Amino acid sequence: MSKTNLTRRGVLKSGAVAGAGVALPTIFTASSAAAYTNEPTGGSVTLGFNVPQTGPYADEGADELRAYELAVEHLNGGGDGGMLNTFSSKALQGNGILGKKVEFVTGDTQTKSDAARASAKSMIEKDGAVMITGGSSSGVAVAVQALCQEAGVIFMAGLTHSNDTTGKDKRSNGFRHFFNSYMSGAALAPILANNYGKDRKAYHLTADYNWGYTTEEAVRTSTEAMGWETVAAVKTPLTQTDFSSYIAPVLQSGADVLVLNHYGGNMVNSLTNAVQFGLREKQINGHNFEIIVPLFSRLMARGAGENIKGIFGSANWHWSLQDEGSKAFVKSFGTKYGFPPSQAAHTCYVQTLLYADACERAGTFNPCGVVEALEDFEFDGLGNGKTLYRGSDHQCFKDVLVVKGKENPTSEFDLLEIVEVTPRGQVEYDASIFGGELGSCNAGA
Amino acid sequence: MFGLEKKDANLLLFVAALAIFAPFILNPFPEGSAMAQFNAGYPDLMQRFAIFGIFAIGFNILFGLTGYLSFGHAAFLGVGSYAAVWMFKLLSMNVIPAIILAVIISGLFALVIGYVSLRRSGIYFSILTLAFAQMCFALAYSVLTPITGGETGLQLALDDPRILGVSQTPEGNIPVPGLFGLEMRESFEMAVGPWVFTFNIGYYFCAIIMLLSFYLAIRIFRSPFGMMLRAIKSNQQRLNYTGLNPRPYTLAAFVISGMYAGLAGGLMASMDPLAGAERMQWTASGEVVLMTILGGVGTLIGPVLGAGLLKYMENILSKINKGVLEGWFSFMPDGMSDTFVFLTNLFVGKQWHITTGVIFMLVIIFLPGGLVELGKRISGMFRKKDDDNTKSAKAEPAE
Repeated sequence: MSKTNLTRRGVLKSGAVAGAGVALPTIFTASSAAAYTNEPTGGSVTLGFNVPQTGPYADEGADELRAYELAVEHLNGGGDGGMLNTFSSKALQGNGILGKKVEFVTGDTQTKSDAARASAKSMIEKDGAVMITGGSSSGVAVAVQALCQEAGVIFMAGLTHSNDTTGKDKRSNGFRHFFNSYMSGAALAPILANNYGKDRKAYHLTADYNWGYTTEEAVRTSTEAMGWETVAAVKTPLTQTDFSSYIAPVLQSGADVLVLNHYGGNMVNSLTNAVQFGLREKQINGHNFEIIVPLFSRLMARGAGENIKGIFGSANWHWSLQDEGSKAFVKSFGTKYGFPPSQAAHTCYVQTLLYADACERAGTFNPCGVVEALEDFEFDGLGNGKTLYRGSDHQCFKDVLVVKGKENPTSEFDLLEIVEVTPRGQVEYDASIFGGELGSCNAGA
Repeated sequence: MFGLEKKDANLLLFVAALAIFAPFILNPFPEGSAMAQFNAGYPDLMQRFAIFGIFAIGFNILFGLTGYLSFGHAAFLGVGSYAAVWMFKLLSMNVIPAIILAVIISGLFALVIGYVSLRRSGIYFSILTLAFAQMCFALAYSVLTPITGGETGLQLALDDPRILGVSQTPEGNIPVPGLFGLEMRESFEMAVGPWVFTFNIGYYFCAIIMLLSFYLAIRIFRSPFGMMLRAIKSNQQRLNYTGLNPRPYTLAAFVISGMYAGLAGGLMASMDPLAGAERMQWTASGEVVLMTILGGVGTLIGPVLGAGLLKYMENILSKINKGVLEGWFSFMPDGMSDTFVFLTNLFVGKQWHITTGVIFMLVIIFLPGGLVELGKRISGMFRKKDDDNTKSAKAEPAE
């Protein structure tokens, strides 16, 4: 060890230097007259794409990132313009946002609230992002949304299906385009009644976390309203990979419908187990035994393979939709990456466009201006028909798809078929039913 | 100075200097330059350095001194965070009561868990603590949702009571954590030429607490109590034969280190008022073990360095994506740049875990004493004669 002599003079000297160092910023403070957090001053504006690149939802995250890159390309005038051409609002010119070139930074949420917030914080504090978007789980979306509210930037939620995101945990700076559990239940119920009858007994297996609870409740409420009976609702741990022990009791319960409130790998495993147990060949109470998966995605369908055939579920969007917006998006995504986009990709792409458009219409990146421009904004041409961004809870209202696993898929992407497009009016609800307070917009700085 | 030996006092001053000048040290590259990607001097990461430094210092009191490897330390971090957020929800946004409650609650938790787990040692102790931590995680994630917020985590809301504070600010927002009016998130920037340095109140608050915990750790290391803990590590049987019961000592060390973890958790919640269950997961417990081993088990400064290294890699490496790499290698001819992008891409971005793994292996194989040993070897090359001194301070390798 070195021999440093601590003298009184030495300590005083270094103390003075340190003091001067701390005092300096008050002299040099960079013009902190910015009107809001991360006001872009140069020729470019930075957006933060915060998606799961590792962990259970990495597949969705990768597809989201592809969609974001495509959106940035289109906003900057590259490619074929995608949905910019079909979007009902014509404010976007293909010259970036408000004339500033769009740049982006990416981060990994790891599907953990903490990691997601750390990543979002570094985007805001280090990279100067004015908007954060992404997330493939409601827990993460809610956490990052709260952070953005605090920091004074806009949050455009990606794939998050829990009612809470725009329900009890809604925030003024956060917006969600994706649908939610309530809408899934409301859209599914009538189709189920038509196909399976009104005197069914349902057994729920529910992933033991927030999204599972809200989905179970939504499906229960809407199916019970049309005469179904709920025999039991069993919670399964999120980390469960073998569901055999949960499936066996289903047969003894006298239920003739199994509802799997699972997502991602959970759903793939539970569905596979259920099919292996021969549930679908069973006859109970004179009915064919049926399985329902409230939230479907193509990536999940691929994981479940054959087992998905003929099973009902709901979706936000599907690439086989034939409206102009969807066709344009599928085309430009397919040209760039060689396969059709997932619904996660769709919602992320649309969210980026909606944000850019709101900035253009507001004439500013100021979060409060953007919030005002997005609230009660009605648009069309982005793949879901006429859509409304409701001002009272920042939730998008649009048609919901009821889908079914295809019996004869023609390719590895052609796994789902659209059974019905449930009109918007049928899935709307009162904004106050989930509680929570929106608060007021925060521009930070 | 402060009742420390000269060597320890110097170490404390060194850490203090690191902490005070962190905004400069961590931002060596000018803003806008290609290397700015590697700057780590933004508030959130600096706060994390300090907070995980505290966590690792506390962990080292248990693992480094007694040799008991707890694999569930993240549980105390999580409990501390929840306690702090509840304080913010119910009492006020002042960080002091939140941190105090966090330390007390996690201390109580550590007492209960420690009392049970310390009946065994070695691998059985590790498994017991791991089991308890996973139990806490599972409970927080599902059954205790009303208290912990479940998957979405415990958050502040506009309608929280906050008896001594306000429920909402006049603008209708949730108030932010502060220290008697000093907001934790407030920071000022200093621009010197192309460089921008950020000074954040929250960071300096964490840094001061980190220095206090570091000082306390030195005192524990040098105290008779610390000596007793080392005796437990070197040979517990011998201690038993001399008629001493080691259990109270290990339990005390366990509780102290649990309180350190709770303090870190409370600080985390003070910097960012949200507590999620993932904080308690076994991966988080494993992280602090990695930090301590990377830095140097049983050394004073090692855990702090290890925490810094790991958090740096997690936050900086993981953000380098393909686009950034293409920018770096764009000066090369096409084929070559593609190869380089491909090769480098294996170690950055979402694959940052690979880099961490490689570094961890290298450290374990070549530097069993961690970064501290590296520092010692380098300084040893310059001063070969100072043998005596180095030997006595040599870190004991991890078992």
